[in-house]
Amino acid sequence: MDIALFPGCLVDMMYPEVGMAAVHVLERLGCHITLPQDQVCCGQPLTNSGFGEKAKPMMTNVLNAYADYPVIVSLSGSCTYQLKDECARYFQDDPEMRTKQQAVASHIYEFSQFIVDVLGVTDVGAELNASFTYRASCHLTRMLGVKTEPLELLSHVHGLRYIEMQAPARCCGFGGTFSVKEPDISSQMVHEKAEHVLATEADYLVGADQACLLNIEGALEHMYETGQTKRQIKVRNLAQILDNVPKGKRFYMPSKSNAVPNDAAVGNAPTNDATLDNAPAFASSQTSADAKEAN
Amino acid sequence: MPLLYDTEPLAKRVENVEEDSFKQHAIQNAQDSIGAKRNQIAESDPLWDEKCNQAAIIRDHVLDNLDYYIKEFVTNAESHGAQIHFAPKGEDAINEILDIIKETGETSVIKSKSMMSEEIGVDSSLEEHGIKVTETDCAENILQTCKQPPSHIVVPALHLDRSHIRDVYRDTYGYKGSDDPQEITHFLRHLLRPVFLSGHVGITGCNFGIAQTGTCTLVTNEGNARMVSGLPETLIVVLGIDRLLPDLDALDIMNSLLVGSAVGAKMTSSLTLNTGKRHEGEADGPVHMHIVMVNNGRSKMLGGTYQKMLRCIRCGACMNICPVYRQITGHGYGSIYPGPMGIVLTPQLQGYKETGELPYACSLCGGCASVCPMKIPINSLILSERYDMVQEGDASGLDNFLYKTAGKILGNTKKYNSVTKKAARIMQKKGKDGRLESDTAWVPVLKGWTQTRDLRNVQKVKFRDQFAAYEAQKGTQQASGAQVPTAAPTTSRGQTPSASKEAVAGKHAKVAASNDTSNAATHNANANVRNGANTNAKDGE
Repeated sequence: MDIALFPGCLVDMMYPEVGMAAVHVLERLGCHITLPQDQVCCGQPLTNSGFGEKAKPMMTNVLNAYADYPVIVSLSGSCTYQLKDECARYFQDDPEMRTKQQAVASHIYEFSQFIVDVLGVTDVGAELNASFTYRASCHLTRMLGVKTEPLELLSHVHGLRYIEMQAPARCCGFGGTFSVKEPDISSQMVHEKAEHVLATEADYLVGADQACLLNIEGALEHMYETGQTKRQIKVRNLAQILDNVPKGKRFYMPSKSNAVPNDAAVGNAPTNDATLDNAPAFASSQTSADAKEAN
Repeated sequence: MPLLYDTEPLAKRVENVEEDSFKQHAIQNAQDSIGAKRNQIAESDPLWDEKCNQAAIIRDHVLDNLDYYIKEFVTNAESHGAQIHFAPKGEDAINEILDIIKETGETSVIKSKSMMSEEIGVDSSLEEHGIKVTETDCAENILQTCKQPPSHIVVPALHLDRSHIRDVYRDTYGYKGSDDPQEITHFLRHLLRPVFLSGHVGITGCNFGIAQTGTCTLVTNEGNARMVSGLPETLIVVLGIDRLLPDLDALDIMNSLLVGSAVGAKMTSSLTLNTGKRHEGEADGPVHMHIVMVNNGRSKMLGGTYQKMLRCIRCGACMNICPVYRQITGHGYGSIYPGPMGIVLTPQLQGYKETGELPYACSLCGGCASVCPMKIPINSLILSERYDMVQEGDASGLDNFLYKTAGKILGNTKKYNSVTKKAARIMQKKGKDGRLESDTAWVPVLKGWTQTRDLRNVQKVKFRDQFAAYEAQKGTQQASGAQVPTAAPTTSRGQTPSASKEAVAGKHAKVAASNDTSNAATHNANANVRNGANTNAKDGE
């Protein structure tokens, strides 16, 4: 399937490895990925601060970049909601942009939503022998209604055990510019969240929205440095966990409905024999999956 | 106590609450327990969501036709002997109430809990005129005794625990008992009983006015409002003009949602329906019944963006889930309407001048809207307030400059690329282990972010560059039939080594552009259920 990827600026600027992990996962699922050049930011930092008028050029830029793609996969629930819904109010009097916004709105999917609901895949062949807790991001969970998909995917990662934290869907205090505008309140929020994460004693904190992870990771690291905790919990995007596919493991590309057989993986055979129909040419990494997430 | 009881800057209010860790923890525990009960009720009722949809339709219908329903309510209430007083503003309501009391010759009143009376400052105004007010709701009595503002609209003394409450009565009334809630309540009962029996004027609020019957309803847990409205000869009901329902059927659905959302119960202990004055042959009820219908800024909200906020039935569910309220408590807002609903309502009633910081005390997480039984898009309305303030020129010069600049950078790939490169360089210089730590907290643009949390650096090689390099490499290797390598793995600190030394300038495969947007039309087909466009209800006069 041809898809256009919308990484969101946090992934682009700060977490390129998350973007690459998503690329690998999607390619493994048979997607052919395009990254439109002229996209930067969905405008959310500005619209959320009341500066929607000044964000119009940003939104226009992104809508122009993506309007013609039949399928858009976004790595941020928050940006997806912005493009799908919030930004519509700024183009009520602009029929051309309104049409483009509607096109984007009907073609955009958040990463986990795309894999589970569009591709019909729940097991991407990933393995990780560890425990994790999951942060259900606000916009993803409540605005987009993507509640089960990330956990569904994680539940099929072999060896991975889920430990639910207290109030996983309660805001971590990022809130875009909120964290800068009201740093005191935001800081109290993220520290309570970090404490809930630590209380699970899980090996990994996994989330699907990099903004929350940036925030919580920052708090966890600060707590570690200042001796507030001795635990170092690894913070990873869902895409990174799903990219943890052992070298040589591969499976059939899904058919339209739900069809990736759970055990389609073929041992540790070398990756580049082309005996499987439609098997995308991929290799997860030069290193083995275990080494990748060994620390 | 008027609408705003603390006009210190938001940061100062937050700081004050932060110093009172007891208060914070009390609110957090209470939020957890009330929230859990509410969830249990909502999740156990298969029709909950449907009821919420219906309720929102009913409320919209009333608000769209408010002039009609006010007239119907007034006509029916008057036909049962009630006297109606219209109050365009809070002070008008106070004057009406003072006049009524003056006519009775009384110098004291008994009162039950009412947010409207808080909003217009009934207690303080009456006391100023030498009239003694006794709050008969347990929590309100506690607050009146220790002179503290409410921290919640349903559970106003949520921030105090039993030992605080014991001390309040010990210090003021010489209570000698323990901190056992039952014992304290007994004490309060003995304190209040004579006041109830000797009270000649009662003041209550009203959860809903029923247009069809002219009835004023009261939902309480203690039954005190029933005594306040049933015993004295004169009853004054303070009612917001927006709080009307067409009929008793509508009351049924509202009540179940109100009680479920507010306290997580299926029904309340006391539901009182007062229709008019005492009729012949009736044993109790007021001989004189006055209903003061207060506008105080509500009609300005009709027909506009914020009309949806008037659906609110004051259940408090939004503050019971709000992550900001959880930290700053009701007192952080400085308004008698705290939490998400308060962020919308307070500025709409009071204007942005004194309340302009409130809309920013929100992370836009949408928790509030997800539990609102009236389906008010609270977070979206908060966003509208921010937008309105900026449009009205309320943003500071600095903010204007920063956002304008940010807009220019984030809307243009070239500028974005050049700025992020610079940012990566600076951050790498200043940061440690790929992150900015608390020694950078002085940097103005970070505004204290790194005081309490680290900030990951902007990376030298962005995702788009890594992807371009990856695609280019893939192209080359596919051409030579070799295996495709991927970007290097993440190191322990989350640092990403450059995927390749030089990102190859973007070479992207073209996707066959589909111009088919026909299925887009269905998007956003928001079923905005409205009944008629008549939103020009007058100010209740």
